[in-house]
Amino acid sequence: MAVEQPLAPSGEQTRIHNIGYRNYDGPRLGRAYARRSLYSQSLRGAYGLGRSVKSKVLPMLLFVVMCVPAAIMVAVAVATKAKELPVDYTRYAIFLQAVIGLYVASQAPQAVSRDLRFKTVPLYFSRPIETVDYVRAKYAALASALFILTAAPLLVLYIGALLAKLDFTDQTKGFAQGLVSVALLSLLFAGIGLVISAVTPRRGFGIAAVIAVLTISYGAVSTIQAIAFDQNSPDAVPWIGLFSPITLIDGLQTAFLGASSSFPGGVDVSSAQGVVYVIVVLGIIAGCYGLLTRRYRKVGL
Amino acid sequence: MYDPTVARLTYRALLGRRRALILGALPVLLIAISVAVRVLAGADDQVAADVLGGLALATMVPIIGVIAGTGAIGPEIDDGSVVYLLAKPVKRPTIIVTKLIVAIAVTMVFSAVPTLLSGLILNGNGQQVAVAYTVAALVASIAYASLFLLLGTITRHAVVFGLVYALVWEALFGSLVSGAKDLSVQQWSLAVAQKVSGGDLITSDVGLPAATVLLVVVTVAATWYAGQRLRSLTLAGEE
Repeated sequence: MAVEQPLAPSGEQTRIHNIGYRNYDGPRLGRAYARRSLYSQSLRGAYGLGRSVKSKVLPMLLFVVMCVPAAIMVAVAVATKAKELPVDYTRYAIFLQAVIGLYVASQAPQAVSRDLRFKTVPLYFSRPIETVDYVRAKYAALASALFILTAAPLLVLYIGALLAKLDFTDQTKGFAQGLVSVALLSLLFAGIGLVISAVTPRRGFGIAAVIAVLTISYGAVSTIQAIAFDQNSPDAVPWIGLFSPITLIDGLQTAFLGASSSFPGGVDVSSAQGVVYVIVVLGIIAGCYGLLTRRYRKVGL
Repeated sequence: MYDPTVARLTYRALLGRRRALILGALPVLLIAISVAVRVLAGADDQVAADVLGGLALATMVPIIGVIAGTGAIGPEIDDGSVVYLLAKPVKRPTIIVTKLIVAIAVTMVFSAVPTLLSGLILNGNGQQVAVAYTVAALVASIAYASLFLLLGTITRHAVVFGLVYALVWEALFGSLVSGAKDLSVQQWSLAVAQKVSGGDLITSDVGLPAATVLLVVVTVAATWYAGQRLRSLTLAGEE
């Protein structure tokens, strides 16, 4: 180290003393480890684990609200010895979309807005992680949290269905279709929520913006769909469904995952339209990822 | 009970920068949808009532109320700058009333005016639908703004709780449990709208006298309690 050498070459009394600071020569855990830590901390944070009691209340409450109807349905199905569950696996998330929307709205700003507000983002980037690592970790964490939220009730339904001795292959197929559907839903909602809340450092404003986008787009789309159906143009209904997140998932699973749509009149989505739905969903997910990467390219630096 | 300086600061906090964007985006969307519906479906009183009832009164007014009501005081409490306001020789109920007036005005401008416009676009005020829903939006603005302003002084998560009330309680519970409709600002304002329209297009589950009394009681009580909360406000650190 340079500190050992005298400052002036002539060898006068002035010199910098070595006061015993040592270099770190332990193992360096590196970029992948930092990314994994950021992921697991964000995922825990999305359910309030490792945070104050107050911030555990809302996510846990929403999780319970998601699961209780499934438990009730299972109980009813077992008690009445029904031949099938009262609700399809794929329909469940559509029924409880308000809860999912509230969860995204409350946890997406929690994941990113506070980092922006307290200017901790530059601190992350002083570690060996890059922009993409931060974006991927946050995106994956929120999508996983949403997947846990939406898949847990399906698991309750599935276990209940098996306990009630319903047809095994039938239930397994439905369960798998439901899982694919909620996985796509999680990615889509997490992307939209993160992009909106990454724009603002204010948590409250982020919540309002996310919920406004989700609710208003659904309200607008379902209103126009209902009117289009009433005006005897049911062909237009699936095309209108492309403009809000939840109807996107609804239409996609109607076309490919054997679900019955919640569109007015139960209008069917053809395979060709289904392809468009898939393209739009994947496009939005990729677009959200791209926007987030762009947003964090020079944030706070 | 009205302090012009506080009012000016609140207006700037509410309408400054991006907040104004989201406040403006919702009415623009409503009007765009109205135009689309008019072109697609033509003028129809039932359709107009559905759009105004489902989209304007049930969704847009509460969301704007949440943004304006909590936005009038929430961010200041959140970042602690409210102490500079409280340190001034202004009575705290005065601060609340001023902020409430501003929040009501903003909510009214951004919800009632677009409601009237979109009603006129949808069916040219046939059967008084547009005017009735505008009156409902005006009445609802007052109640929502005072309720959500109170929430802003009670909890840091005011926006979430406001939205839970507006979307889950009024929309979801209201359609499942009929008793929940009696305790819904939306139904109270619909009762007023029903009286204005006089037809059977707009119906409410609450009688007009009960609705009026409840609206007044809720507004006054929420404002009074918000003043009390602000008098004994303690600033908590970030969780």
